[in-house]
Amino acid sequence: MALLEVKDIHTYYGAIHALKGISIHVDEGEIVTLIGANGAGKSTTLNTICGILHPGEGTITLDGQPIHELPAHEIVMRGVSQAPEGRRVFGRLTVIENLEMGAYARSDKAGIARDMERVFALFPRLKERAKQVAGTLSGGEQQMLSIGRALMANPRLLLLDEPSMGLSPILVEAIFDTIRQINSQGTTVLLVEQNALMALSIASRGYVLQTGEIVLHDTAAALQENEMVRKAYLGIE
Amino acid sequence: MEQGRATMLAPACSRLLAKFRLKPARNLECRSWASAAQAGLAHSKTWPRYKDVYKGRIMLQRLTRRVSGTTVSMWLIGLVILAVVAYGTYKTLALGKYSLANWTDLIIYGVAQGSVYALIALGYTLVYGILRMINFAHSEVFMSGPFIGYFVATSLDQAGFLDRQPVIGLAIVLLVAMLTSLTIAVLLERIAYRPLRRAPRLVPLITAIGASFFLQYTFRGLFGSGIKGYPEIEQLKGTWPLAGGVNILKTQVVVIVAAVIMLAGLYYFVQRTKTGKAMQAVSEDKDIAALMGIDVDHIIVVTFAVGGALAGAAGVLYVLLFRQVHFFMGFIPGIKAFTAAVLGGIGNVVGAMLGGLVLGIAESLFPNLVLDGLGIPAPYQLKDALAFILLVLILIFRPTGILGERLAAKKA
Ligand SMILES: Nc1ncnc2c1ncn2[C@@H]1O[C@H](COP(=O)(O)OP(=O)(O)OP(=O)(O)O)[C@@H](O)[C@H]1O
Ligand SMILES: [Mg+2]
Repeated sequence: MALLEVKDIHTYYGAIHALKGISIHVDEGEIVTLIGANGAGKSTTLNTICGILHPGEGTITLDGQPIHELPAHEIVMRGVSQAPEGRRVFGRLTVIENLEMGAYARSDKAGIARDMERVFALFPRLKERAKQVAGTLSGGEQQMLSIGRALMANPRLLLLDEPSMGLSPILVEAIFDTIRQINSQGTTVLLVEQNALMALSIASRGYVLQTGEIVLHDTAAALQENEMVRKAYLGIE
Repeated sequence: MEQGRATMLAPACSRLLAKFRLKPARNLECRSWASAAQAGLAHSKTWPRYKDVYKGRIMLQRLTRRVSGTTVSMWLIGLVILAVVAYGTYKTLALGKYSLANWTDLIIYGVAQGSVYALIALGYTLVYGILRMINFAHSEVFMSGPFIGYFVATSLDQAGFLDRQPVIGLAIVLLVAMLTSLTIAVLLERIAYRPLRRAPRLVPLITAIGASFFLQYTFRGLFGSGIKGYPEIEQLKGTWPLAGGVNILKTQVVVIVAAVIMLAGLYYFVQRTKTGKAMQAVSEDKDIAALMGIDVDHIIVVTFAVGGALAGAAGVLYVLLFRQVHFFMGFIPGIKAFTAAVLGGIGNVVGAMLGGLVLGIAESLFPNLVLDGLGIPAPYQLKDALAFILLVLILIFRPTGILGERLAAKKA
């Protein structure tokens, strides 16, 4: 059974029909990527999975349990967390406090301390900045904090929304390395990216989203060779 | 040929433009608007070459854009007010009518009053921080606590308990008042505000005003419109001597000490506890807070509960100072506490505390310090006007309040 199974979901913003029947699945241990142009519905998909939005139709199951009617704060407790688009760290809280917020739903002190160490090992920079107010971090540091914060929930499934946005090429490499590392430590990853090249290079499978619909689904290797993907998303003729 | 000239001219033009753009603008910023306008006009008159006329016009344009007529008159009004305040203060001090002990008295009174404002102001600021809404019914949340507390206090008094065990008696009244206000605040949120969470911002605001009237007239209907005198606690009558021949009212000491303890407790709660940090997170970004596993609705209820309990406590302290309750008693302290919250920077917890103290002290000193010197008869009558003058002035000159930058900065 797939860890996450999204079946034919439709999500609306008022009258706007943003997702028109999306179906994806993510197996335990995978990195799956969701690529697509601006406004395709990638963030909407992630937000529907983690309960910020609710689908008008369709189902979402985690380990076979339906989660699409749960409020967001209960979905985290089931083991799904997200590093949202645009980082959205708590600017007035310190780095440590942001990480503590990530573990808000947990009460196992030892586990939280262990995960804090794990985050600091992944992002040593955050340890140096532990007492700094997050609003004064650089964009890259905020991205690290956003990912670290999501990891503090000790998720089984980590949703990442454009983690490379606005970062320098070197930092993009580093972030993708870290994502791979997080995955090899046992966390399943669903990755939304504009940077399709990088995303496909670390993913096992990918979905291509266009105006609220899945238009392609294949292994990452096949997508990298796909004519349409190469033209539209990789910028290769 | 044509193109060649254009490309040759381009750098020169842009250099010229850059010069116009930067230089006058920089000069203007550090000069006063009047002298800069003069300079601009004089410049364009004495140097009627095209370039300079152009320059003058640009300067004027930038000037009018930066300082509109309203801004100028606002600053003039501000200046006049400052001058009047300074003059009144100078006159009063020169007359030497009041001794140092008098001033100390006034300041202590101001601190006592101000700490009550601070406690109420926190309710406004906490709710604003989380819902971006002014809970205008908060003044009735404040009123309800000591009002219900009154019945407990009188029955305790009649049983003689208040005189035998003043500390426990007062604690019971305080507890009842805090619980009452807390309950009213939480019910308000649940019944009046939560259904309107996604409505346009004006809607909950109007609802709040409606709820305020509803509560006032419910209390009037249930308990009558008369003023009810609180029983006095024997042990809190009179004064304690302070250094330098100043005597301080015992009630004021109790009020200040209790308020400081609660303010410190609230600060600790918001800054250090898990729930307090969750409140900060919710106030910054509700969706992301929910992603962290924070039950946003629960945090909103906690916020109303905390603000309500503080208002109830403030009500008891207020009653210690003034010894009476009335269905309309919340209005003036409520609006003053709101002023205090705006003064400190609404949404900012420390700002609300600071704003309350500043307003309390200013209000207490203002009649004697400023109005007396100006020769205004019965200066105390104008005391209440100060808060509102101050509110208008803050809204004009510093809408963000004393500590407001932090709120504005977080958006960046
Ligand atoms: N809050 C909203 N209200 C109304 N429409 C919205 C809202 N958020 C998104 N949309 C619309 O839904 C569609 C999908 O948006 P979404 O943010 O999911 O795109 P995306 O694939 O994440 O794009 P990007 O790569 O730019 O982040 C867009 O057409 C967008 O305009
Ligand atoms: Mg997006």
